[in-house]
Amino acid sequence: MSRDRLRRELPLHIMILPSALIVLIFSYGPILGITIAFQKFIPAKGFAGSKFVGLDNFKYIFSMPDIYQVLWNTVFIAFLKLVTMLVVPVIFALMLNEMSNKHVKRGIQTMVYFPHFLSWVIFAGLLIDLLSPSSGIINQMIKAVGLEPIYFLGDEKVFRYTMVITNIWKEFGFGAVVYLASLTGIDPMLYEASFIDGAGKWKQMLHITLPGIIPIVVLMTILSLGDILNAGFDQVFNLYSPQVYSTGDIIDTLVYRLGLRDAQFGPATAVGLLKSVVSFAFISVSYFLADKVANYRVF
Amino acid sequence: MQYKNSVSRKTFLIFNNVLLIAAALLCLLPFIHVLAISFSSSTAAMSGAVKLWPVDFTLKSYEFIADRPAFIKSFVVAVERVVIGAPISLVLTILAAYPLSKGKNNFKYRTFYVWFYMISMLFSGGLIPWYMTIKYTGLIDSIWALIIPCAVQVFYIILLLNFFRELPKELDEAAYIDGAGHWRLLWQIYVPLSKPALATILLFITVNHWNSWFDGLILMNRPEHYPLQSYMQTIIVGKDMAKISEKDIAILKLVNDRTSKAAQVFIGTVPILLIYPFLQKYFTTGIVMGSVKG
Repeated sequence: MSRDRLRRELPLHIMILPSALIVLIFSYGPILGITIAFQKFIPAKGFAGSKFVGLDNFKYIFSMPDIYQVLWNTVFIAFLKLVTMLVVPVIFALMLNEMSNKHVKRGIQTMVYFPHFLSWVIFAGLLIDLLSPSSGIINQMIKAVGLEPIYFLGDEKVFRYTMVITNIWKEFGFGAVVYLASLTGIDPMLYEASFIDGAGKWKQMLHITLPGIIPIVVLMTILSLGDILNAGFDQVFNLYSPQVYSTGDIIDTLVYRLGLRDAQFGPATAVGLLKSVVSFAFISVSYFLADKVANYRVF
Repeated sequence: MQYKNSVSRKTFLIFNNVLLIAAALLCLLPFIHVLAISFSSSTAAMSGAVKLWPVDFTLKSYEFIADRPAFIKSFVVAVERVVIGAPISLVLTILAAYPLSKGKNNFKYRTFYVWFYMISMLFSGGLIPWYMTIKYTGLIDSIWALIIPCAVQVFYIILLLNFFRELPKELDEAAYIDGAGHWRLLWQIYVPLSKPALATILLFITVNHWNSWFDGLILMNRPEHYPLQSYMQTIIVGKDMAKISEKDIAILKLVNDRTSKAAQVFIGTVPILLIYPFLQKYFTTGIVMGSVKG
């Protein structure tokens, strides 16, 4: 760089330095720490002192009896969440768009956005009370119509669906924001013109509204591909229990228990590494597709 | 446009609106239910008599919580991390977004930095390496462990840099002619013009800080250092009965687990409720502006 350019651009480098440093230490640092996956890591001995064991940790993981179940649970829950969180918010946005009363509309929006802003700790506290088989209000209603109480959080057959449905409940409102904004972006003249041509509300929905939001729906679908292995640690961790490990244990909860509870640092890092690699592949593909199909560039 | 609504259209609208209102109530009523439980007596709560209104109104559950030093301490820690961490995060975001918003002509290494931040978003080392990294920086058990590692969120940098790009180029040129350098241009012109975007980002950062529970749980060695949500996790979900003192046990008989948990859930919700009106005002435009171009 020429002297002059350097002098002009130096402030920019200085500005970006602090945040770049933090990213370097706390995002790239851990990437170096991946060596733990290939070591028999003992914290006291550190990286240098711990023995290198090649792929032993990986062999160990795949010899664990539940590993394939954990992988399946993760993909199952994550996939269901992705699909439901694409469909439900879109339908909600379309429905809300049909409502004419602006005040009721605002009121509804205020109420449905709210759960998104709570932590899963608080929301789990709420759910544990509501879904309790003995004293929870939902099971009380179920018992009132003569049915057996459902163990939403304790029954492994039900647990995964509880995760998916409570996730919809918490996030569908906020998830609809992008679609609602997109709907307001559709040119009102199109509706007027079609009305003059004799189109009723239903035809307008089919030929104007839906085509109007398909681009953003496609984009959101593509962008959600990167989350294929994110079954939702915050949620599952706060709602699961050993009784539902068989269907509820996901990659992230397994890594947590192996690594931070059982101190099996090597295997835990190995599992995490596998997840990172697969996620990286999916995210990269999704950004590539988003650029080519929807002209969307992240930066 | 004047529509004469047909019968089928009217029926559809009724169904549509009823479902929408039901969905909204579904988001509201559970909180009212828990709030009612928190103000009810333990016998009433246990017997399932409480629906949407307290039965045997009592403030005992809230007194119980107010009395517990652990709860108050964790509240203070949470406030600390928000008050210190959010502004730091915002300033770092501004300082990163500004250079990145400049084109390659004005900032030769822009592409390098863009890739640098991008890759950090795409690939992560995983939980254990992340924990070990923080351990090696010596931040474990200090408030800074809750502030520095999470201080830079690339998502917000992207949001802000897109906003900066929308500002007219004439501003840059005018400032340059007047002899202003990048610092003055950023702080005296860009920042004042970006108030909506900055408010949005600050609010989101604040909510994230307030809601963070996992980092507090694993990065703090002593429960006294837990922020509020981490403390609540141990009580509501973690069911850590070992932490209950004798005095507590006596009170628990009066107040009962369910009502005190309900009270804590509600208290955890209050700060979000308080800033919610501000959140609503800003986030619709903010999210759309930042994440979807055009």
